[in-house]
Amino acid sequence: MGDSFLRLLTLQDTNTRIALLGASLLGIAAGAIGVFIVLRRRALMGDALAHASLPGVWLAFAVVGERDFLGLMIGAALAGALGVLSITFIRAHTRIKEDAAIGIVLSVFFAVGLCASRIVQTHGRGNSAGLDGFILGKAASMLWEDVVAIGIVAAVILASIGLLFKELSVLCFDREFCAAQGWPVLVLDLYLMLLLVLCTVIGLPAVGVVLMAALLIIPPAAARFWTTRLSPMLILSAMIGWLSAAAGTAASALDEHLSTGPTIVLAAATCFMVSMLFAPRRGLIADVVRRRRLNRRVGMQNLLRTIFEHLEATPALETDWTWRIVRLDDLLARRAWSSRQALRELTRARREGLLIAIGPEYQLTSAGLEAASRVVRTHRLWELFLVEQAAVAPDHVDRDADQIEHVLPASIISMLETRLMELGRLAQRGAVPSSPHRPGESLV
Amino acid sequence: MTLLAFISAADAWVMTAGVLCNVACALLGCFLVLRRMALLGDAISHAILPGLALAFIVTNSRAVLPMVVGALVVGIVTTFLIQVLHQWGRVPEDSSMGVVFTSLFALGVLMITYVASSVDLDPGCVLYGDIGATPAFPLVIAGQEWPIPRQVAILLGVMLIDLATILLLYKELQVVSFDPMLAATMGINATLVHYLLMILVAGTSVAAFESVGSILVVAMLIAPPAAAYLLTDRLPRMLGLSALIAAISAIGGYLIAAYVLDTPPAAMMAVVAGSIFTLAVFLAPKHGYLSRRLDQSRLARRIASEDILGMLYRWQESTQPNPLTIDTVLSALRGGWLARRALHSIQRRGLIRREGPNALRLTESGEREAKGLVRAHRLWESYLNKHFGLPLDHLHAPAERMEHFVTKAMQDRIAAEVGPASDPHGREIPPWPGGVDSGKKTNTAGGAESQR
Repeated sequence: MGDSFLRLLTLQDTNTRIALLGASLLGIAAGAIGVFIVLRRRALMGDALAHASLPGVWLAFAVVGERDFLGLMIGAALAGALGVLSITFIRAHTRIKEDAAIGIVLSVFFAVGLCASRIVQTHGRGNSAGLDGFILGKAASMLWEDVVAIGIVAAVILASIGLLFKELSVLCFDREFCAAQGWPVLVLDLYLMLLLVLCTVIGLPAVGVVLMAALLIIPPAAARFWTTRLSPMLILSAMIGWLSAAAGTAASALDEHLSTGPTIVLAAATCFMVSMLFAPRRGLIADVVRRRRLNRRVGMQNLLRTIFEHLEATPALETDWTWRIVRLDDLLARRAWSSRQALRELTRARREGLLIAIGPEYQLTSAGLEAASRVVRTHRLWELFLVEQAAVAPDHVDRDADQIEHVLPASIISMLETRLMELGRLAQRGAVPSSPHRPGESLV
Repeated sequence: MTLLAFISAADAWVMTAGVLCNVACALLGCFLVLRRMALLGDAISHAILPGLALAFIVTNSRAVLPMVVGALVVGIVTTFLIQVLHQWGRVPEDSSMGVVFTSLFALGVLMITYVASSVDLDPGCVLYGDIGATPAFPLVIAGQEWPIPRQVAILLGVMLIDLATILLLYKELQVVSFDPMLAATMGINATLVHYLLMILVAGTSVAAFESVGSILVVAMLIAPPAAAYLLTDRLPRMLGLSALIAAISAIGGYLIAAYVLDTPPAAMMAVVAGSIFTLAVFLAPKHGYLSRRLDQSRLARRIASEDILGMLYRWQESTQPNPLTIDTVLSALRGGWLARRALHSIQRRGLIRREGPNALRLTESGEREAKGLVRAHRLWESYLNKHFGLPLDHLHAPAERMEHFVTKAMQDRIAAEVGPASDPHGREIPPWPGGVDSGKKTNTAGGAESQR
């Protein structure tokens, strides 16, 4: 194992070098064209196309009589195209829906391919060695001529994407707009299908019919997590495709029993999982962190507002609010919090210097008071706005304001103030208005 | 029986296994096809592979229970993962399906490649199963050997479970398949039914795995139900037909594979099922391609004939000095094969006759027919004018389209509604001439049309 690993790293075997080169070219092309396939929602059509190309490979072999790469590819392309046409026909002319049509074409064409392979192997002439690799992929059986063909097709695909970038992206995002621009939508769509067929077909020797679609779908889906713009996504997807194809081929070169298709797809799946978890903005971890942060902010603001409202409603001797006292029970009486929840919020607020605790009693610090009046002000401004402008009944506004107050930006608050001052509902900027549904004192 | 004499006991067992496997898949598949979840079935049958492989590795045998448990777990995880990717990861639904099932399938193939040497299971089995080996493994319970192959017993059990579930939950499955909203108002838990169906699909795919592998099972799940769906409009009949097609594919496929072409039997079964589906696509009596085409061309010809009759009637009504010529008629219908055929057919039916080499004239029966048509046209114009306030120059086009589909009953109601005996252009609305109700004939053709 150690020895074979060393041989792999130093690229001593010609076979490994050829396989790696071929797989890399394929990965780049598939990752790039896959972006448009995924955006055009043709992912499963690609899967059916790949499965459907199997009978073409064997029939072409039966006709040509030898493992001629070009012949096999033409056969595969024709069979794949026939599969896609069948799906289109079934969808257009019968009441069978697209999903069932895809399922039938995929499995039945594949079955025909299996039958053809057995028949050709029993009765046929010529040496069919290596053709079995077309099912699950065998990059090691690639020849130099194969790699040249793959390179040419990959170049065609990349050049097409480069030249037709604008047209293809508009086609994928907004078909109607594309048609309104006077571009030939149908021709573009067919050209995209043609590129898909070409890319699928050159992928067969390395990845195989069963898993070829994965190499088209997974890299773009992974790249999508990192960016929202098309051109970076295209480059990233091509890179992920290249990385997975190369890593998968290398892994399968270590053990001759391993098919290349599964290893390439698992490498791609690993990239996908890493992207899904760790991508900075759309990744799941970033999402969870963002949600937690929002929850904390909402919890803190709710605590401050509850304290403020309690202090406001309780008559006390102290004119300075920071001297007034609030207890845990006072909070529990006003909110549907468990005492654990409330204590957690209180501790957090204390740690941020918004509260001080004296035994079981809490007092706002001056920073805490300022933060609390800001929160209450936002809440009541929105309530006032709803009552005045949206004609919501005063006893209904509390809930509505609850949902929006935590996310209102400063600019909107200032607009609200202006509006409400014009209406004479607000004495001055920065004041905390009294609650529209609960009579209480107003703090200036 | 002499015809079947060459079939050995082993053949019979293999065919029994095939029939049980296909029928079990086909029964469940009906609901997948109806609920448009065929591809979820595809995804699950691919994705259970790592579950199977894990069970093989852990127990180091082909014990049924661990396999079923492993596959069920992975099957449910698959449905769940697809949802998660779609909702949280914001991956488009088809792509999320593609990502999940190809990755799991790849993992499964890799695991099986690694254990292949220790257990008699190989990647070939993944692709097309090993139904031919059915008679080689008899059922063993508590050390005692039973005179029935193990695979047949398992498949029989699975088929009976599927059948029992469908019979017990028939109403629920039916409502959820056809009208999820109604199901919700009836208090049927659609999510529960969905997951139950997915569990059955996963379990059946496990049982079918040894016989047909994990890709061809998709053909068994979808092709027979889809063919049955083209042949009937009723669910019980669809279930029956689907099971029948599945059984025919199993027996036919095996016989062809064993005695005609030497191919993997499971693959040939899928090919037969696919062929039956193809036949249904073209030849199905009501929903087939050919019968739809025939209906369409019949309708087109009838409309063209009626247009010619209407034209002749209006020509004669306006008392033109010279008769209408064939060339005028053909050019008004923009010529072509359809117009010629329509002309021939009404001439054969004795509705028009030729006067001289080129001129046309309505016969008496032709005039009756034409009156009904023009009546429909003018009544509809009056109705549109009165109730929709369309201007005079906008009335003709919609009436031209409707005139072929206004039945006698409808004409009477419109006549009662609009009153006067002349249309908005001031021309007379002819009285109902009696005879054939031309609007009525269209109902079947028109119905087929509106379904598309």
